[in-house]
Amino acid sequence: MIYFADVAALTRKDLRVELRARDTLPAMLLFVLSTLVVFHFALPEGTGDDAAYGLLWVAIVFTALLGLARAWVPEQEHGVLDGLVLAPSDRSAIWLGKTLATLAFLVAAQVVALPAFVLFFAPLDATALAGVLLADIGICAVGSLMAAMAAASRSREVLLPLLVLPLAIPLIVGGVGAAISPEGGRYLLLLALYDGAFAVLSWASFEYVVTE
Amino acid sequence: MIRARDLEKRYGRRRVLAGVDIAVPARGFAVVTGPNGSGKTTLLRVLAGLAAPTRGILEVDADRAQLGYVGHEPLVYRELTALENLDLYGRLYRVPERRERIGMLLERFGLWEARNGRVSTYSRGMTQRLALCRALLHEPELILLDEPYSALDEEGTDLLDRELEILAGARTLVVATHDPQRLARLTTARIALA
Repeated sequence: MIYFADVAALTRKDLRVELRARDTLPAMLLFVLSTLVVFHFALPEGTGDDAAYGLLWVAIVFTALLGLARAWVPEQEHGVLDGLVLAPSDRSAIWLGKTLATLAFLVAAQVVALPAFVLFFAPLDATALAGVLLADIGICAVGSLMAAMAAASRSREVLLPLLVLPLAIPLIVGGVGAAISPEGGRYLLLLALYDGAFAVLSWASFEYVVTE
Repeated sequence: MIRARDLEKRYGRRRVLAGVDIAVPARGFAVVTGPNGSGKTTLLRVLAGLAAPTRGILEVDADRAQLGYVGHEPLVYRELTALENLDLYGRLYRVPERRERIGMLLERFGLWEARNGRVSTYSRGMTQRLALCRALLHEPELILLDEPYSALDEEGTDLLDRELEILAGARTLVVATHDPQRLARLTTARIALA
């Protein structure tokens, strides 16, 4: 219970910092909406829905990357990560708190972006929406760990996509599959397995990422 | 109690600490001195567990819950207020009667009036005072202070002097400073880095 109280305190702190700084969510919203508008005009008329679902995932993945790139910025200012690492709470709580906060920002961006997608391109059924949610969880879990690794580097803007994009490929395959395949449930299972496996790996390895 | 033998820390090929021996008894007051770049900050980070030594033996009789650390950075969120920052750390350190303890520290370090202001609006001196509040919040047994007087004005310096006098003899302290004379009266051990 104490572990989850720590996670809740850390998540609440991230949401509060974002509410004040407004650095991440407005940028994610602007990016995802402008990307969808550009895709709307870029897709030739008569292109099927399948291509549009693919483009939706391009928008989702790069919006998530934008959020992840800023995820650890508040901790880098004033060296706060050292303070959190020194605290006696389980260090994986720092990762879980950051993952949940990043997930909240991504879901908030999608609350606006997905209706815009339906308006511009194609409908989204329950399976496709479940695919989006499961993929969000996966990309935030892995991405928060990778973003913590990249944050220590001077070339973090370059490093983060290099670390995250290869790991996000199964999520893109699963997300697009859930939207277009008649057997969408199998893709949801793939996404759920990915989430479970990579969440455990990220949870277990975070401590080694934040200590020298 | 801290005991270290032949401590070495390297970053890549660069050797930052070499052959450092330390013996600080429980409730001792050690001052770390040395010119810029001699490894004072690195030594305190190693003692805090923020960096692992490359070689040597290190024993620190304090776990994370018993350790208070002030580094070059204040380790507080710029977008949160002093109260919010200390409340977060108070939760993570499971400080009993958190609110009372936070109020008392803010009062003692002259930050009570500014408690609801965001840290981004603080002067460097106020931020340093907040860093000291954060480090002392959970009443640690071992206190590591890296240049704690930096950015403090005369009033802040006097406050810290008084605080260190109270803590000396009751807690184990390791203080890195360019002004060892200031702490000479309290010092029981010296660690001189070349």
